[in-house]
Amino acid sequence: MLKKIKSRKTISTLLATLVILVLALTGCGTTQTPQPQAASTPTPANPNLILATTTSTQDSGLLEVLIPEFQKKTGYTVKTVAVGTGAALAMGEKGDADVLLVHAPSSEKKLVDNQTMINYNLVMHNDFVLVGPASDPAKIKGMKTSVEAFKAIEASQSVFMSRGDRSGTDTMEKSLWAKANLKPAGKWYQETGSGMGQTLTMASDKASYTLTDRATFLANQKNLKLEILVQGEAALLNIYHVGQVNPEKFPKVNQEGAKAFVNFMLDPDTQKTIGEFGKDTVGQALFFPDAGKKMEDLGK
Amino acid sequence: MEMIGQGILAAFHLLLTGDPEVLKITLLTLKVSGTATFISLLIGIPLGTLLALKEFPGRQFFLSLVNTGMGLPPVVVGLWVSIFLWRSGPFGYLDIMYTPIAMIIAQAIIASPLVVGLTSAALQQTDPKLRLQIKALGTTRLQYLWLLLKEVRFSIMAAIIAGFGAVVSEVGASMAVGGNIKDQTRVLTTATVLEVSKGNFDIAIALSIILSLLAYFITLFLTLLQQKKQGA
Repeated sequence: MLKKIKSRKTISTLLATLVILVLALTGCGTTQTPQPQAASTPTPANPNLILATTTSTQDSGLLEVLIPEFQKKTGYTVKTVAVGTGAALAMGEKGDADVLLVHAPSSEKKLVDNQTMINYNLVMHNDFVLVGPASDPAKIKGMKTSVEAFKAIEASQSVFMSRGDRSGTDTMEKSLWAKANLKPAGKWYQETGSGMGQTLTMASDKASYTLTDRATFLANQKNLKLEILVQGEAALLNIYHVGQVNPEKFPKVNQEGAKAFVNFMLDPDTQKTIGEFGKDTVGQALFFPDAGKKMEDLGK
Repeated sequence: MEMIGQGILAAFHLLLTGDPEVLKITLLTLKVSGTATFISLLIGIPLGTLLALKEFPGRQFFLSLVNTGMGLPPVVVGLWVSIFLWRSGPFGYLDIMYTPIAMIIAQAIIASPLVVGLTSAALQQTDPKLRLQIKALGTTRLQYLWLLLKEVRFSIMAAIIAGFGAVVSEVGASMAVGGNIKDQTRVLTTATVLEVSKGNFDIAIALSIILSLLAYFITLFLTLLQQKKQGA
């Protein structure tokens, strides 16, 4: 069959057809990309909004429910940039994002204190859990505190996968080691430098322990040979805040859009959606809405 | 093994049902990588020709830069382009960060050294007697260059194929300057990374199959163009 496609004319025709086809399809594509504009969708002056958030927030799938709702309601086009917490906060500090949705309060404090983040509000929380193989070499299953469990893991030199990437999860993990007065080092303590999903895959593959947020674990559970061994402690709460990047420090930020997004996240309807998320996919709520509460009041 | 089977099934399903999300992602991949390759040709062939045929001070140094550039890691290109295009950067006012345009720029930067290097190498290999012969025919400068390029068209086509292959498969630059934003800057490679990180290995495998098929058919097309017999 290929022998027939040899004449110069045929090839030129093929080329022309291909180019026209691609352009036509691309053309169709681009006219569809502007979000479906219902008659009542407002059109803000600057419709582009850069939301810096974390990979685990994106991986949970929550944003895929919330962002389209926000876009439809307000007419903004959100550019959700999901990077590690460190990078998200760094973007805020350079004014490269308009609004932040992050979950490392101890790291965020610096930005709040130096006025980089304003309109800083508690949005929701979920929790971290310590997972590991069913064989549980360090015998941490059922321990009441993570510090106890960390001590047991270190003592038995059981393999532990750390994110090692300044993410919210990593920050939480480091703080727990500090609480236990331990400095983890050695071949058993492995820093993956990868996202939560990847780290879980590695932990499962090497039958090792790791700290993970419950949402990512539940979403990946079907592929993992790990179980939840320690959970429920107040110290293991994973707390999400939303905040605008200060327009006084960075005049180029889209402050109307950022404000609209903060308001949206705190809106009772959105909070309800947050509370329902996950019930139909993994059988339980993955996030607990907290708008209006104080961070210190959270805890079981 | 089961996962691979599921992945292949998922690929067929996505292709046959014309899943709109996958279609959008595939078209964007074609648009971004195709445009970037095209730009790299516009930059690369003239530059490669210049480098091959003109003697100038620092030529060797420049050539070595180009050759190093062929191995430029896409993630490094992504980082550097980000630094320039972020709001905090010198070109932030253009507001093109996290758009396909930024991705095209980054990918053009990745592909250009390949085109320059391969074009230059091809032309340098032409027989100086041949070049003299063409000049002796009384050609204008442009005609001379055109005939010379025609002489090495196989290598030029190889340069195009190499350039396209490099950019359609890269993920570091696309992720950094595009942001993998759904419906805006998500391409096949970045979508695959996302599905892997979410643990949806079957979908990731399906996307990788689609990407491979896309790359294969384009490359097949270009190869056929390259291999067509003279004066057919």
